[in-house]
Amino acid sequence: MNAKAIKNVQGLKKEGLVSLFPDKIKIIVGSASCGLAAGAGPVFEAIKTGVKEKRIKARVTRTGCIGLCHQEPLVDVIIPDKPRLTYGKVTPQAVKKILDALKKGKVPQGAFARIDTEEFLLEGTSRTYGTDSEDPQIAQIPGFDVLSFYQKQSRIALRNCGFIDPGNILEYMAKGGYTALAELLQSKSPQQVVSEIERSGLRGRGGAGFLTGRKWKMCRAAHADKKYLICNADEGDPGAYMDRSILEGDPHTVIEGMLIAGYAIGAAQGYIYVRDEYPLAIERLQKALKQARTHGLLGDDILKSGFSFDIIINRGAGAFVCGEETALIKSIEGDWGEPRQRPPYPAQRGLWGKPTVINNVETLATVPAVMHNGAKWFSALGTQHSKGTKVFSLVGKVNRIGLVEVPMGTSLRDIIYDIGGGIPDGRAFKAVQTGGPSGGCIPAELIDLPVDYEALSRAGSIMGSGGLIVMDDKTCMVDVAKYFLDFLENESCGKCTPCRVGVKRMRELLDAICSGSGIIEDLALLEKMALNIKDSALCGLGKTAPNPVLSTLKYFKDEYLAHILLKKCPAGVCKNLITYAIDPAVCTGCGACLKACPADAIKGEKKKAHKVLTKKCIKCGACQEVCPVGAVVT
Amino acid sequence: MESFNKTSLNTIIQAHKKQNGSLVSLLQDIQDTFGYLPREALQHVNTVLDIPLSKLFSIATFYNAFNLEPQGKNTLSVCLGTACHVKGGENLIAMMGRALGLDNSEGTSADGKFTIKKVRCLGCCSMAPVVKANDDIHGSMTQTKTANLLKKLKKSKR
Repeated sequence: MNAKAIKNVQGLKKEGLVSLFPDKIKIIVGSASCGLAAGAGPVFEAIKTGVKEKRIKARVTRTGCIGLCHQEPLVDVIIPDKPRLTYGKVTPQAVKKILDALKKGKVPQGAFARIDTEEFLLEGTSRTYGTDSEDPQIAQIPGFDVLSFYQKQSRIALRNCGFIDPGNILEYMAKGGYTALAELLQSKSPQQVVSEIERSGLRGRGGAGFLTGRKWKMCRAAHADKKYLICNADEGDPGAYMDRSILEGDPHTVIEGMLIAGYAIGAAQGYIYVRDEYPLAIERLQKALKQARTHGLLGDDILKSGFSFDIIINRGAGAFVCGEETALIKSIEGDWGEPRQRPPYPAQRGLWGKPTVINNVETLATVPAVMHNGAKWFSALGTQHSKGTKVFSLVGKVNRIGLVEVPMGTSLRDIIYDIGGGIPDGRAFKAVQTGGPSGGCIPAELIDLPVDYEALSRAGSIMGSGGLIVMDDKTCMVDVAKYFLDFLENESCGKCTPCRVGVKRMRELLDAICSGSGIIEDLALLEKMALNIKDSALCGLGKTAPNPVLSTLKYFKDEYLAHILLKKCPAGVCKNLITYAIDPAVCTGCGACLKACPADAIKGEKKKAHKVLTKKCIKCGACQEVCPVGAVVT
Repeated sequence: MESFNKTSLNTIIQAHKKQNGSLVSLLQDIQDTFGYLPREALQHVNTVLDIPLSKLFSIATFYNAFNLEPQGKNTLSVCLGTACHVKGGENLIAMMGRALGLDNSEGTSADGKFTIKKVRCLGCCSMAPVVKANDDIHGSMTQTKTANLLKKLKKSKR
């Protein structure tokens, strides 16, 4: 690698810094898929046209997801010499107020947080936005670092998400991006890279938690004329969206991670297998790949080092099982995605029969940080066997929904209560579901469980890809178990009998229990079938399919018993076992339910308590949804 | 969307041969062009590329993304990921099914204006429950908001 190439990287970095810390106003709109779902699209348009109409000297850009999903759409404003200010739940009407203030040279009212300094994790430095936090209006806005949502977080994989413009490679470089790659191409052998990752203790973030370094080592040792690297972006676990957020918010970190992995194992070709359901991630990746090629960071003779590597995007076609590595390989080869027996492992015989490493998005996003800051730095975080940090999508019945990254070993209580702000509407916390359809439900009494691979597994669940779905007393655990089996029955590839037939039979038993025709013997049968499927299914999907049933049977047997013996659903979810009624003591007679009912099943006079006609009721729940006082009960 | 024609299909097949792409990506390109996989298109691929029809149908039926029937002018995908499930996603799809007269809630309405689909997680769990209408994702949906969305789309020229 020559000096000119390095100088070039340094120059681009400087340009990126000017973009991050501009000398004129910059308005940044959070535009990941979740932001767009909350209405960021019209907000972005309103800002663009407003800035033009009012002739405000400002640059308008986009950024990815900062994790504060409950505040979307988010808009950041950077005024030179002032801290970066964040505005939440912004509407096109609120945009007008923000722009009016900026036009008058004032700081817009209503920011809920401010960022004084931006940390450069890879450089070990930080840079201050503006010194003007003495301004009384600004001083009263809390800093990001004191928000409860961020206090216990430690962001490595998400280090750039929500800060940089994913469409601008220079901003990525300004934050230390591609420096790790440039350094190792200059001074480290592939073997040294493998050893560094091995020493860091980094484990796969996609589900099984296999040691990344060991996987790389196995592939590096295999003899073949060609080797491949695949980034698994087939994030199929319902309830998990960290990979989408990383791809949409910081695509270059994944590309850099792939380059490092490719160099380490001796591959010249990489693939990113992205879910069909993530069109925006594909769009941003395409742009990022193009930029990387333009700057000589991808393609032949990268940074004049002699190392060549390129990446192809492979769009999935909607099959959950393709997240399993052998099925994913078959899908890239153009076939239907049926898993096969392992060994041989893909690291020995993978894509087109050649040694192949498959790493998940979050794992690869972590790799540049590990290489730059060193194995020792990374392994200082976390627990004995689970090093570093993990990203969780904290969703469901929790106040501050969002994407959080915490050191391994952080307790569920810290995540759900301190970061997530507890359960909404004063309801009781019942359980948290982890690990998607392969995982399980952890009950309230294990709230102090430290979250790492081993602890979750001991509790009967798994880490999985990091979805944390919080459930309150209005969530029926039998229904949740049925939901996952229904999901897996649909997604089973059909190759092996235990999964194809066994999961279906289990789901039928749960159907019967939820509709009130279950018998007590069903529980023993369910457990027996679950253990048989676990033992005999071919791939991870089938082997773990019974987990949601086993964990709910273990911790919530009383709910199963209520369904079977009392024909009651305590949470008020299972339609056959509930009736809707209006509490006359609470009902104000506003008529909202009467208007919303599609079945004419509610009667009542204005300002007098209404009544549900049970015979006519189709149990759609529309009345409950619109009732302003919570008078509709089940 | 184009209606099925062999000229466009041949262009897709030629491009596919040149790029040496996979069968899955070929079928994706055909569907992106015609909105679904017409039987005649698969038969033509079978003749031109000498790939067994059984293999083409195996792939087309294995993956959820492929449609073998023409789709409605508007596609509404109701997310039934875990977060959407616990926040009432099923009530939304049932409501749409009732409004459009569909059995089992899924399928295409008689007037060809709407196709209703279940989708297992759009990854917008923070906005649960979520409905995707064509290319736009709508978050924090209720039955009332969904009914309004249907009304709006009914009036649209699409």
